[in-house]
Order: sequence, then C-alpha cells, then structure tokens
Amino acid sequence: MAVKKTLKKPNVSAEELLNFYREMLLIRRFEEKAGQLYGMGLIGGFCHLYIGQEAVVVGLESATKDGDKRITTYRDHGHMLACGMDPKGVMAELTGRQDGYSKGKGGSMHMFSKEKDFYGGHGIVGANVPLGAGLAFSDKYRGNDNVTFTYFGDGAANQGQVYETFNMAALWDLPVIFVIENNQYAMGTSQQRSTSTPDLYTRGEAFGIPGEIVDGMNVLAVKEASEKAVSHCRSGAGPYVLEVKTYRYRGHSMSDPAKYRTRDEVQKMREERDPIEQVRSLLLTGKHATDDDLKAIDKEIKATVNEAAEFAKESPVPHLDELWTDIYADELPQETA
Amino acid sequence: MAIELLMPALSPTMEEGTLSKWLIKEGDVVKSGDILAEIETDKATMEFEATDEGVIGKILIPEGTEGVKVNTAIAIISEDGDDMSNPSSAPTEPTAVKKDNTLVATALAAPTVASSNAIEFKPSDTSPDWPAGIEMKSMTVREALNEAMIEEMERDENVFLIGEEVAEYEGAYKITQGMLDKFGKRRVIDTPITEHGFAGIAVGASFGGLRPIVEFMTWNFAMQAIDQIINSAAKTLYMSGGQMGAPMVFRGPNGAAARVGAQHSQDYSAWYAMIPGLKVVTPYSASDAKGLMKTAIRDNNPIIFLENEILYGRSFDVPVMDDFTIPFGKAKIEVAGTDVTIVSFGIGMTYAMEAAEKLAADGISAEVINLRTLRPIDYATILHSVKKTNRCVTVEEGWPVGSIGNHLGATIMQEAFDYLDAPVINCTGKDVPMPYAANLEKLALLTTDDVITAVKKVTYR
Repeated sequence: MAVKKTLKKPNVSAEELLNFYREMLLIRRFEEKAGQLYGMGLIGGFCHLYIGQEAVVVGLESATKDGDKRITTYRDHGHMLACGMDPKGVMAELTGRQDGYSKGKGGSMHMFSKEKDFYGGHGIVGANVPLGAGLAFSDKYRGNDNVTFTYFGDGAANQGQVYETFNMAALWDLPVIFVIENNQYAMGTSQQRSTSTPDLYTRGEAFGIPGEIVDGMNVLAVKEASEKAVSHCRSGAGPYVLEVKTYRYRGHSMSDPAKYRTRDEVQKMREERDPIEQVRSLLLTGKHATDDDLKAIDKEIKATVNEAAEFAKESPVPHLDELWTDIYADELPQETA
Repeated sequence: MAIELLMPALSPTMEEGTLSKWLIKEGDVVKSGDILAEIETDKATMEFEATDEGVIGKILIPEGTEGVKVNTAIAIISEDGDDMSNPSSAPTEPTAVKKDNTLVATALAAPTVASSNAIEFKPSDTSPDWPAGIEMKSMTVREALNEAMIEEMERDENVFLIGEEVAEYEGAYKITQGMLDKFGKRRVIDTPITEHGFAGIAVGASFGGLRPIVEFMTWNFAMQAIDQIINSAAKTLYMSGGQMGAPMVFRGPNGAAARVGAQHSQDYSAWYAMIPGLKVVTPYSASDAKGLMKTAIRDNNPIIFLENEILYGRSFDVPVMDDFTIPFGKAKIEVAGTDVTIVSFGIGMTYAMEAAEKLAADGISAEVINLRTLRPIDYATILHSVKKTNRCVTVEEGWPVGSIGNHLGATIMQEAFDYLDAPVINCTGKDVPMPYAANLEKLALLTTDDVITAVKKVTYR
C-alpha cells in the first residue's frame, strides 16, 4: 500500500487517543458480535462488516460538529456507531426487531437517524453520492456552514453518477467531502482488475476538486486529513475528495469466502497495520495508559456490545401492522417556511 | 467461563454444512480474528473466525463431518484457561434461535389482521372543485402550471426548482417562464444534462428538509434517474421507519408528442403507478394542472407529475381563487351519462371527451371520468358509475400490457362483476415502439374512433 503519509509527532491529546481506541474497539467488537449473531441465524440477508476499516470513520468523525451530516453505502454499521447512534438500536435493526432504528423494516443496509444526522445506509452502489451532495445543497441553500461527509467505496468510484455529482458539486461549490474508502476490493474484484488508474484521489481533478490520499489504517492521519478537508468545505471553497486507503479483514458480506486474496495478505495487514493495535501501542509507549487501563476499556466495550446483543435478541419482532405504516408521510405536519 | 462455539450460518440460505477442516487443536490459545475452521456451505468453503479469546478446550465435532446443522455446538473455548473437562457445563446460546423462531411464529399467528391489498372504499366524492358562482378565467395548461409553481414558491421558501433549461432558457416547453426573474438563481437552478445526478441531488436535498421541484425536460429522460426516483425517493420513508422521506415533485411532459420517434414518445403512467411510496398525478385540464400542482408541492411525499406536451397549449377555465387546490384521489366526472362509463386520464381524456360528444349524437349517453391521480386512485367513483351504466371502457395512450386499464378492468371484475353487462375494454396505444413516419405514427396512437368502436361493442350497438 503506497501511502506516504505517516505522522511523526501526533498532534493529539491522550484523552483523544483513548477515545479513538474506545470508538474503534466498539466498532470491532460490535461487528464481531454481529458476525456471531449472523452465524446463529439471528441476522439475515446481507451483512457487510467493517472490521479493519475502523480508523476511517473514527478519524473522519473527529473533525465534525453538530449539524454536519453523513451518508454512506451498505457497509454502514461503523458509521452509525461513530456518529453516536445507540449500539442497541443498531443491533436490533440487524435482528429485524421493533426497537431497531428503522423498526426492523430497513435491516443492515438501510438504517437512518435523523437525530444524529445519519442519512443512511444505502443499498445501491453509488446512489448515495448524489444524495450526499443534495444534503450539502440543502445546507448551502440555508446559508449555514455545515458539511456533509459522503462515504463510498473504490467500487462505487466507477459509477457514472459519482462523476455527474462531482461536476455539479464543484460547479455549485457544495460543502461535501467525498470520502472514498478504498478497501481495495469491490466485492471480489480487486482495484487493479476494475480501475484504469490506481489513484482515486485524483478523480476529482478533472472537475477542479482537490484530492488527497490518506493512510486509512492510521486514525491520526485520517483525523489530520479530515480537519483539512472540513476547513476547506466549511470556508465555502466547495467539495473535497479524500481517498482513504484501508482494508477489510472479512469478506465482502458474510457469505463471501474471499478466495480472491490470500490468507497471507489478510494476516500481514492484521499483524502489521491494524488500526486499533497502532493506537494501543501509542497509548502504551507514550505512557498514556497502562495495560490494565486498556483491559478495563476492553471489558467495558464488551459489556456494551453484549448488552446490545441481548437487547437485539429480546426486542419484539415488529407488529404486523408495521407492514402498512411509513409508506406515505401524510400523518406528518406540512412544513412551511 | 466456557463458551460453546456454534456451527455458524455463513450464507443467507445455509441450514447445515460440512465441517471440512479444523485449523486449531485442543489446547491452542486463540484470539479474536484467528481462523478456527473451514466450513463448506451450500455455496462455498468459508473460513470461520474466532470472536472470543481463550483456549480451545474440546473439539466436539471432528473434521470431515457432513450435515452439521447450524447452531450445533462444535467446540468449547475457555476464556481464562478454565478446566474444560466437563464440556456440558455451559450450554448457553443454542436456545437463542429457537426462541427467536418461536417469536416469529407467534407474531405470524397473531390474530391482529393488518390491512391488505384489498381496496378500501370510501363513498364517491362528487363535490365540485370550486364553489358555485366563482369568477373563472381562461388559461392554458402551461400558464396554470407556471402560476401554481410561482404561488407555491411564494408561499414556502423551502421550495425550489431544478432541471435542465429551467432558468435562463425559461423551460424547454416554457413552463418555467419568468421564474428565474422572480426568484433568482438560488431557487431556480439550471443543471447540466445529467438526470441521474441532479435527480439524486434533489432527493438528497429533500432528505435535508427542502422541497424540490425537479423538471425533467421529458419523462423519457427520467429513465436515467429512475433508480433515484424509486430506490431513493419512494422507499426511504419506509426503510427509515418513518424518520425521513422525500417531500418533492418530479414533473415534466409525458407520453407521445408528435413525430419525435420511439425514444421520445412513451407514456410512463403505469410504470410509476405501480410503486408504493410514490403518488402519481396525471392532469388533463388547466384547472387540474393548477389545483393538483399546488397540492403536489405541499404534499410530504415524492410526487410523479405527468404532464403532456400536446395539452400544454390547450385552454380551459380556471377558477380565480386565492388558494385553489384539488385533493389527490378525487376523480372528476367531466360528462355525466347513463349508458357506459369511460375512464381516462391526462391526454387520454381528449379522446374520451371527443368520443362522448360523437356518441351523444348517436344517442349513446357516456359518463366520462377523469381520474386525475393514479396513486391514489378513486375506485369509488369508477365503481359507482359502472354499477349505474353496467359497462366500462378505459382509455390511455400507454401500451396495453400491464396498463392502468388492465388494473381497472380487474378491479371492476372483482368488485362489480354482477353489474357488468359486457366485458371491460381497454383502449390503449398499439403494442409497438413509436414509429417516426407520419402514417405509421398515426396508426400506433390511440384514436377517438378506437374509443367509439369499443363503446359500441360494450353497448352492443
């Protein structure tokens, strides 16, 4: 992975570092538990795990403020946890229960939280990219300085609508950060086999959108890049592209045997580049935390995740009447300016 | 604490599998992420990873075992090197799924009957669209649409207009004339020729709380954007459990114009009318256009507003009122009659009206129903009329297979079978792509004579 960016002296407080550790670990343990519940038949259909990619969303979220928006594709559990959605509600949606964020009607790929400005959770590769630009459009229309984080993968980066969106986002100076989470495989097709040029961060150049490549296994590098991109967008200078090089340890979805890459490739990444281990080692060598401190955090996270899993198992299945609700919004009051 | 490792389901359809290979042995220390075994599913051989740390206490299912049911205990892990000599000490999880299935079964058997596809009949609402004695003025459908949009944009700051050539060019069909001058470029926005992209941006803006009006230069080009219309706009309210939806209008001319050939001449009424989550509006007259457009812009759902190029220039009387709206799902009886019910919408109404006039000269009294919206659809008014006339002809420009007429015919058969004195006939466009040559195009289009022939057939004249 040819990413030059490494931080010599991290500009980060011990507290922030501990938060990163905690947030990334929550995603990892949550996803492992989701995998387990899938194995037990409690989660059905497609389930795409974020394991390995934790530093991307945690680093990016560190530069957000209230009012900022985020939207992503179907590998979305990490994004929801990182923006503060309740693990219980997310897990209950995965098990298709009434207490899930979408009352069990969305599932793993289609989850939303208006409260946390999380706009999905979209199952169609690339389709969330214009939607994200549209969210940014709504903020620009209102004249505030909110930014929309629009996440998509290296696979989606070859969709036509992405470039239609780049064009309009640049033309209209929309405050949107296009985050390309390049985990190097679009399902089973490696980037080399699908993409004519290797550097996705240059994909905005033709539209005049600045781009940058970031080591997505290093949460501090992601944080720094996120701050830069956010300040660009908030200042009204228009969109920004971040290609965040990352790696997913698991298959594309739960049913993917991942035969398109070697076990060694995965092992090497886990052993040498793991985002959580990197922070763990920074915390220990910098004497910001002891082994016991980290063990206590591990235990706390495990408890949170187990609690979410129990909640998701105990929550009732949706009432049958739910089949017929939320098709039309007529019960909502009509908003006027 | 000992943990049972259970045979995992590794695909959406897996019920059992082969434990082909253990990659660990008893006594091995494992940590989260280590690969424990290879398992053959109905689709592929998958690796099974550890999610807990500990020592492998006992392997319960030897490698090579076929037909291992999902959720069978296959090994025991001890978290802190516990004594594993008694593997039966921790049978914890396997009940979970059973419990879950029971829950589902109970829910399915619950006596509560959710509403179904059965049509809910309300009494036919035949109230007039405007109070008697009100001043009327003649205007074209084009002017009515323009006026409706302007009034609603004045009313609500969150409404904006976006599309190709809507601003500086003032609309390819001049529906948006004067709007840029009035509202400025913040609210009247020209786009590049990029339907998929700008439709998606507009849907995103509606998620963000704005109320976009998206003009498609014609609905033919909206096929580039149909994924955003259906997957993003129509389904999000449902998929989000009611948290957010797309309050917006997609509008533009629909159906055949004149001599523009196959790719520019298509009626999308039946396509969009199929989609739950959308509302579909097909105005005929200028008063329809004005009243329904205002309702559409105020509605909190994604609206498909199907106009027609040929109707744009036609003039009709429109009431002079401060705030004239027409509710969705309320058909209009344009001509009252007793011998046959003709049901149509949009441009189809021109053939229906002309046919009714000619039939009247032949002594046949036709009742003409203008549906105005296809979702919701005013079944009550249709059935009420058919029960009176005992005959029905449907009229639309679209293709015959899976048409609106098919759906109405089926509904009438189901709900008013005993009242019918003849089969329902669907008058539609011919089942061909639209040809260019003038004579062939004429042959492909629906005609007033088609309607007259159908009416004579059902009235046995």
